[in-house]
Amino acid sequence: MNKILSKPESLKDVSLSYCPGCGHGIIHRLIAECVDELHLREKTIAVAPVGCAVFAYDYFNFDVTEAPHGRPPAVATGIKRTNPDKFVFTYQGDGDIAAIGMSETIHAANRGENITVIFVNNANYGMTGGQMAPTTLIGQITQTTPFGRDPKRDGYPIKLCELLATLDGTTYLERVSVFNPQNIIKAKKAIKKAFQCQIDEKGFSLIEVISQCPVDWSMSPLEAIRWVEEVFIKSFPLGVIKDKIDEK
Amino acid sequence: MKKLVKGNIALCEGAIAAGLKSYFGYPITPQNEIPAYLSKKMIELKRVFVQAESELAAANMVLGAAVTGVRAMTSSSSPGISLKQEAISYMAGMELPALIVNVQRGGPGLGNISGSQGDYFQSVKGGGHGDYKLIVLAPNCVQEMYEMAYDSFDLAEKYRIPVMILTDGIIGQMMEPVDFNRPEREKLLIPNWALDGCKNRPPRSLKSLLMKDGDLEKHNFALQEKYKTISQNEVKYETFEISDADIIICAFGIAARISKSAVCLARKNGIKVGLFRPLTLFPFPSKEISELSQRFKNFLSVELNHGQMVEDVRLAVNGKANVEFLGKAGGGIVTELEILDKLKNFL
Repeated sequence: MNKILSKPESLKDVSLSYCPGCGHGIIHRLIAECVDELHLREKTIAVAPVGCAVFAYDYFNFDVTEAPHGRPPAVATGIKRTNPDKFVFTYQGDGDIAAIGMSETIHAANRGENITVIFVNNANYGMTGGQMAPTTLIGQITQTTPFGRDPKRDGYPIKLCELLATLDGTTYLERVSVFNPQNIIKAKKAIKKAFQCQIDEKGFSLIEVISQCPVDWSMSPLEAIRWVEEVFIKSFPLGVIKDKIDEK
Repeated sequence: MKKLVKGNIALCEGAIAAGLKSYFGYPITPQNEIPAYLSKKMIELKRVFVQAESELAAANMVLGAAVTGVRAMTSSSSPGISLKQEAISYMAGMELPALIVNVQRGGPGLGNISGSQGDYFQSVKGGGHGDYKLIVLAPNCVQEMYEMAYDSFDLAEKYRIPVMILTDGIIGQMMEPVDFNRPEREKLLIPNWALDGCKNRPPRSLKSLLMKDGDLEKHNFALQEKYKTISQNEVKYETFEISDADIIICAFGIAARISKSAVCLARKNGIKVGLFRPLTLFPFPSKEISELSQRFKNFLSVELNHGQMVEDVRLAVNGKANVEFLGKAGGGIVTELEILDKLKNFL
């Protein structure tokens, strides 16, 4: 009997600490599959964030370093500039990448660093119990927006891909989601394309993955994926935001 | 043959000769010669130079280079060093070797751009969060800027610890003849803890987050053991004219330079004074000062601040001798005549 599907070599055989119904597990697997398929495992140095994915080094079966909150793009710059032959990606949440680390994100993108950023957007700070994130939707209730996000008090959700698209340094930016099989397949395609962009030395790529966070959204897993489909991606439309791979 | 160069340039040459692979910096006076010089030199040598968007980013780029086991550094001046403390604490926790250079200026806040020694506490007592130490080196001339930059990487790697060179705007800016006497380091080995891709070995991770019950406590004990070993092995100091002294001046860096002139001047005036100069601020020569306090009854700490190292001198002396202080901050410079006055009133 032939085995047609197995755990990717790039994922360790351990149980993940993510909540039931969370999207991180799916996204980890997609990354691991892409690393395997592109034969990158033995040359990968990944950068873990501060946030829900802080333990990423316990789950990925390749070299991973910690970085201070928001600094993965700076840490990745240090790694990649020093070791251009290695494959370097960061894995970051919305608070990490677009609040405390916005400066590092914009400048790594603007320098056109030849790295890949996987940005998991779940519209709140999951690890700390669900506070308002830079990507929290207008009206969304979180631990620190008990009356709903009010633009007058809290500003507006940041659309990072659209913001980075204005920079000449960025090559490939796409927003995907993992709320159903069709979108999971699309997400994998985008991640693989972004990894290939780095292999081909085409510069900075970022894949924003819209992900579900049932526990901190106070929803069941099913309600959460329904909310992604019916509400979340209406504010954060999916698709390719920028693709200059052929021009670089 | 000696070459006449600025302190900041000598420091760059020392780091390059030691095999510096990656430099990350940000403009701030009075250390601008360092990024300017390295922006040309490092590219010519096909090594890495990046002007970062912030001090925070520069320090975290050093962290990134350091996890791959290469020799990496950043430099700044006081306000910029405050911003780097985040990454410095992480590097201490992750046990990463790296060089951080502080060409001190006047503080607090934005202060001014004159030389100062106001960052002694920040450098030797912590600076960032958590219980950690850096090895802190204090050059007092341009030659030592070169030599300490060169030696810092071996020290950093030997103990897996960030090293700080604590200098100041005066030494950074002044020119002196330097003997570039250290051999070029080539073919440095990548250490066996570094992240370089998990080819033919299990994957590695580098982190300071230790959530399992008891792990962080154990890690902290191990760090303290390491600092103890460093304290036993790496103390460096210099003495001048102390054998018959009635008063011993303790001073580091540029203040030691001025104090040395004051010692000569005082002796011409019939006052028997000697100088004790720590070259390492951590590890601090506490044992040596403690031993001196058995024989000598008067100490004077001279600093370009309002009394920082004097606290460590007092701890070392532990009540066995009289310890006084003379200092100025905010760009003020203690002169040898002021030191002489203080010595005259001392006895």
